[in-house]
Amino acid sequence: MSDTQAGTGAAAAAPGLSPVPAIELDGVVKEYVARGEVVQAVRGVTLGIAAGEFFSLLGPSGCGKTTTMRMIAGFEEPSRGAVRLHGHDVTDVPPDKRDVNMVFQSYALFPHMDVRENVAFGLRRRKVAEAEIRRRVGEMLEIVDLTGREKRRPRELSGGQQQRVALARALVNKPRALLLDEPLGALDLKLRQAMQVELKRIQREVGVTFVYVTHDQNEALTMSERIAVMNDGLVEQLATPREVYERPATPFVAGFIGTSNLLTGTVERIDGSTAVLPLGAGGRVLVERGGRQAGDAVVVTVRPEKITISAGEPEGNLSAVRGTVSEVVYLGTSTSYAVGLAGGEEVTVFQQNAHDGITTAERGDSVWLSWQQQYSYAIGS
Amino acid sequence: MRRLTPYLLILPGGLWLAVFLVVPMVFMASVSTQEGDVVNGFAQTFAFSNYTDALARYQTQFLRSAGYGLAGTVLAVLLAYPVAYWIAFRGGARKSTYLLLVLLPFFVSFVLRTVSWKFLLADDGMLLGPLKSAGLLAADFHVLQTTTAVIGGLVYNYLPFMILPIYVSLERVDPSVVEAARDLYASRAGAFTRVVLPLSLPGIFAGVLMTFVPMTSDYVNAAILGGPANTMIGNIIQTEYLVNNDYPVGAALSFTLMAVMLAGIFAYARVLGTENVLEAAAR
Ligand SMILES: Nc1ncnc2c1ncn2[C@@H]1O[C@H](COP(=O)(O)OP(=O)(O)O)[C@@H](O)[C@H]1O
Ligand SMILES: [Mg+2]
Repeated sequence: MSDTQAGTGAAAAAPGLSPVPAIELDGVVKEYVARGEVVQAVRGVTLGIAAGEFFSLLGPSGCGKTTTMRMIAGFEEPSRGAVRLHGHDVTDVPPDKRDVNMVFQSYALFPHMDVRENVAFGLRRRKVAEAEIRRRVGEMLEIVDLTGREKRRPRELSGGQQQRVALARALVNKPRALLLDEPLGALDLKLRQAMQVELKRIQREVGVTFVYVTHDQNEALTMSERIAVMNDGLVEQLATPREVYERPATPFVAGFIGTSNLLTGTVERIDGSTAVLPLGAGGRVLVERGGRQAGDAVVVTVRPEKITISAGEPEGNLSAVRGTVSEVVYLGTSTSYAVGLAGGEEVTVFQQNAHDGITTAERGDSVWLSWQQQYSYAIGS
Repeated sequence: MRRLTPYLLILPGGLWLAVFLVVPMVFMASVSTQEGDVVNGFAQTFAFSNYTDALARYQTQFLRSAGYGLAGTVLAVLLAYPVAYWIAFRGGARKSTYLLLVLLPFFVSFVLRTVSWKFLLADDGMLLGPLKSAGLLAADFHVLQTTTAVIGGLVYNYLPFMILPIYVSLERVDPSVVEAARDLYASRAGAFTRVVLPLSLPGIFAGVLMTFVPMTSDYVNAAILGGPANTMIGNIIQTEYLVNNDYPVGAALSFTLMAVMLAGIFAYARVLGTENVLEAAAR
């Protein structure tokens, strides 16, 4: 995995943004000792986050996202490696001396204080003058749309309102970076989608670097400028949402981001700039040649919405494979098909329901699946 | 029938309270204004002078009891808080074991435990004896029959009643709230005084109620560990009832003690029991 990491140029800032990264992790490792056994929660992460960027750490539960974030905030000290904020090494600096603020997964509002005092907490600790505290807290509550709720206690607020208090309490301090650990995880779907839009708006408005932890790939894809996809304590790919989706660096990334079909084959021949892989009886997968030679093993991924279903063999220079429909699920705007290939692979296909909701195939039908060469992506190329 | 069910459910407990609490209270209230003696019997004369007489005679013991109760309570808070804090935040998987250890003394009778302290602290007992023969203490040094011994005994006996409520309130403090305070520029000490302490005030409040009242009316510690100069109001009441057989004076003293403590508790609750105090403490 480490060569993929180096290959994506993880430590470099995104192009077009400030040259000194707001946050840098340099070979960061975190080990815990649990019942006498050493557990590596983070196994060597190197990355740079540019000032003003909306950056996401995406990965399944237990992959080390929270641990990584807590090392940036200063709640955990790395076992090895360094953390730098705007070029300053803060590896040994306690959280109260770091210019970043955190929005906790459980919000962690102070239950004995009202909304105003919750939001004013950081400013009071920094001995900001009372008049300015009033002004800034008022401004912030306006931004998060909580004006008029100053005297409420956290327990008297809805989940969404508590969430916004937590956000205001962190942002009012004008931190260099805001760290958010699955901030929308406790909200229901509707509210979560509304808050995603809201968070993006607030981030544009205040221009603060956001480091956003989530296990929800849709959330990461729609909100982020760049995503670090983590697995088992390592970054598997660091790239823009489009690139992560279209050009997954590893089979893990391909499988984790959206639904993706993995097809494994061996290059049979090179046809100009195209490598041809035979697959099943009469089937073939076309993929850009790159540096491939006949005989190379290749893992190809293709997204379900790029595939067309037809009864007969498709015309033209396409990837085409044969299979039998094993499942048809009507999803409203689209229909999802599961198609079993002769070699045992299962391929998922999404078709738009454009006309009268008529499905193009039934369970048990023998069908051809085809897609253009540009939609075949050889993993790791 | 369904609407009656709640009332039927409180009936056994309600009857119990009526028979064993209200009836004796009314009876003792009546006794407290009677005159007479055990041999010739007591008669109701509405002698409210019993109260003023008793108060005048035992003013010293009243004040002493309040002083001991107060000192014992303050000491108990100071000793119990770190213990409760440690169990709640550092106890890990063994929390219930530590709590059991705190409660362990309750498996032995209150009086027996206090008597064993008397043996431990005796002038030539197993603690002072060796120290004296080693020349580390003066030969006439003693702990028993002193204020220190009585207050020490009170604190020892009632400490678990302080530890438990403080533990319960600390246990409910979400550790991420403490981290949030640190994240918002509070030092370790600041996070404690502005977040942990205010959130545990209800526990301290409950602990104070649960220890101050029994400490102030205690008589066992003064009787066993104290001397004539340490007599508390509980000892006086006991003597009036069981030795002098002066029931009216004993009853009048009991009611006075109860009234004073209730007034104190209400005043205390009015001042400390509201959320405003929590808020002010946290700012
Ligand atoms: N304090 C800890 N002690 C022991 N193991 C821990 C501790 N914190 C996290 N871990 C382990 O480290 C791994 C990563 O955890 P975490 O960073 O919370 O993952 P995520 O946020 O991605 O779900 C998990 O296997 C978890 O069990
Ligand atoms: Mg997590």
